[in-house]
Amino acid sequence: MYPSRFRYEAPRSIDEAIALLQQGGGEAKVLAGGQSLVPLLKLRFAAPELLVDINGLPGLDYHRADADGTIRIGALCRHADLERSALLKSRQPTMAAAAPLVADPIVRNRGTLVGSLCHADPQGDWASVVTALGGYVVAQGANGRRNIPMADFITGPFENLLGYDEVAVEAVIPAPKGTPAGGYLKLERRVGDFATAGTAIALEMSGRTVTRAGIALTGVGGATINATDAAQSLVGGPLSADTINNAADLAARAAQPRTDHRGSAEYKRHIVRTFVARILSRIDQSTERAA
Amino acid sequence: MSGLYEEIREQPAGDVPIRRVSLTVNGEKRTADIEPRLLLAHLLRQAFGLTGTHTGCDTTNCGACTVLYDGRPIKSCTMLAVQADGHEVTTVEGLAGPSELHPIQEGFKDEHGLQCGFCTPGMMMSAKALLDENPDPTEDEVRWALSGNLCRCTGYQNIVKSVLWAAKKMQGQSAG
Repeated sequence: MYPSRFRYEAPRSIDEAIALLQQGGGEAKVLAGGQSLVPLLKLRFAAPELLVDINGLPGLDYHRADADGTIRIGALCRHADLERSALLKSRQPTMAAAAPLVADPIVRNRGTLVGSLCHADPQGDWASVVTALGGYVVAQGANGRRNIPMADFITGPFENLLGYDEVAVEAVIPAPKGTPAGGYLKLERRVGDFATAGTAIALEMSGRTVTRAGIALTGVGGATINATDAAQSLVGGPLSADTINNAADLAARAAQPRTDHRGSAEYKRHIVRTFVARILSRIDQSTERAA
Repeated sequence: MSGLYEEIREQPAGDVPIRRVSLTVNGEKRTADIEPRLLLAHLLRQAFGLTGTHTGCDTTNCGACTVLYDGRPIKSCTMLAVQADGHEVTTVEGLAGPSELHPIQEGFKDEHGLQCGFCTPGMMMSAKALLDENPDPTEDEVRWALSGNLCRCTGYQNIVKSVLWAAKKMQGQSAG
C-alpha cells in the first residue's frame, strides 16, 4: 500500500507553513508525527494535494510548565517525551497516566499529542485527557493566534475547528487552582489496538473537597464525550462511595457506545462505569492517606 | 527489484517534483531520487536493497518494519522516505558486520527467539533501542518495550528470553 500522489513541502518557519496552507486552499494537510495521517494516506481515505511537513520547524518539541503551573505542549512533542516526563509525573496525574497507554511504544516515538487532538479520532486518548483537564488548542493562522477550548475543538469524527490555513501549534492545560488528582484507564484488546473504552478524570482538590472536575470518555461515541453532568456532580464535596457511584452512573449514561467487534454497547457502558468508579476510588484512598 | 520505487522512476510524476534525499543508512551515506509518497520502508527495501526490513501488515500494527531513526525505533512503513532526508537510519543489517552476529542476534539464535522469522528484524531493532537505553531490563520492561511488535507465531516467551540473554551478554562484554 502506498499513498496517492501529493506535493510535499517542509517549511522552516510557521509563517512559511501557513503560507503553504493558504496556497493549498483547503487541499493541503499538515504532517506532524504522521502516525494517523500516513495510514490514512496509504488507505487512501485521505488524498491531499499538498503535505506540509512541520517536523523541521524549530522550537515546537517542548512540554513545559509556566511559573503559575500552566502546562504547554508544543506541536512536535512526541507521546514518548510525555511518557518519560518527570514534570507530568510530579504535577499532572491524568496526563501521566494516559501517556504510556497511547498506541504502542514505537508509535509513541513519533506521534504527537497535538496531532492526536487534531486527528479527532473518537478513540483518541489525548482528546479525552485534554477535555477533562479543561485545556485548549492554540491555532496560528495568518492573522495571529487564537485559543480554541478542547470541549469545542472536535466537531465530529475526524473533524475539528481549525481553519484550512491554521496550524495547531500548542495544547495548553490551565494552571490548577487546587491540588490536581486524576487518572486515565483504557481497555484495549491488545497494545496498540483502538480503545474498547477509555475514561479520563481530572480533579482539583482543596483538602478532601473537590473544587473542579472533568470527566471525558474515549471510544464510546462519534466523538470524544465530555461527561459534564458526571463531573459536576462531584464538585463542592468530598469523594464518598455514594458520590463515586453516582458519578460513575452519570458517566455511563453519557456514553453513546455502539455494539461492534470490540464489545456490546452494554459492555462498554459497564466499562465506563467501572473505570470512573475505579479512578475516583483510587483518588479517594490516596487523599485519605494524605489527610 | 521491482516495486513502487522502480515504477516511479519509469513514470515521471507529472507536476510532483522528484526529490533527492540523502541520508545515512547503517553508517553509510545514501542518496536517492524519489517521489514524496514513497515510504521509508520502500526506500530501504527497493532503492537500497536492504530487505531485512520487512513490511508485514502495512497498517502500522505489526512493527516488522521497525528501524532506528536517529536512534529511536519507528515504523518505517509509517514514515515518508523524504522525511529521512538528513537523518540517520539503522536497519537490522546495521546491527553487525556480514560475518558476525550482534549479541541480540546471538540471543535469538541461542534462545530460539524466532520461528518463521518474519517479525524478527523488527523485534531486534526494538530490542536494540531498549538495551541502548536500559542495559539491564527486567522481563516486564522487555515485554513493555516489545509490545509494539507482533509475532504471529506467538513466540513471545523465547523472544523475551533472547533479549534478556543479549542484555546479559552485552553487560559481560562491557564489564570485561
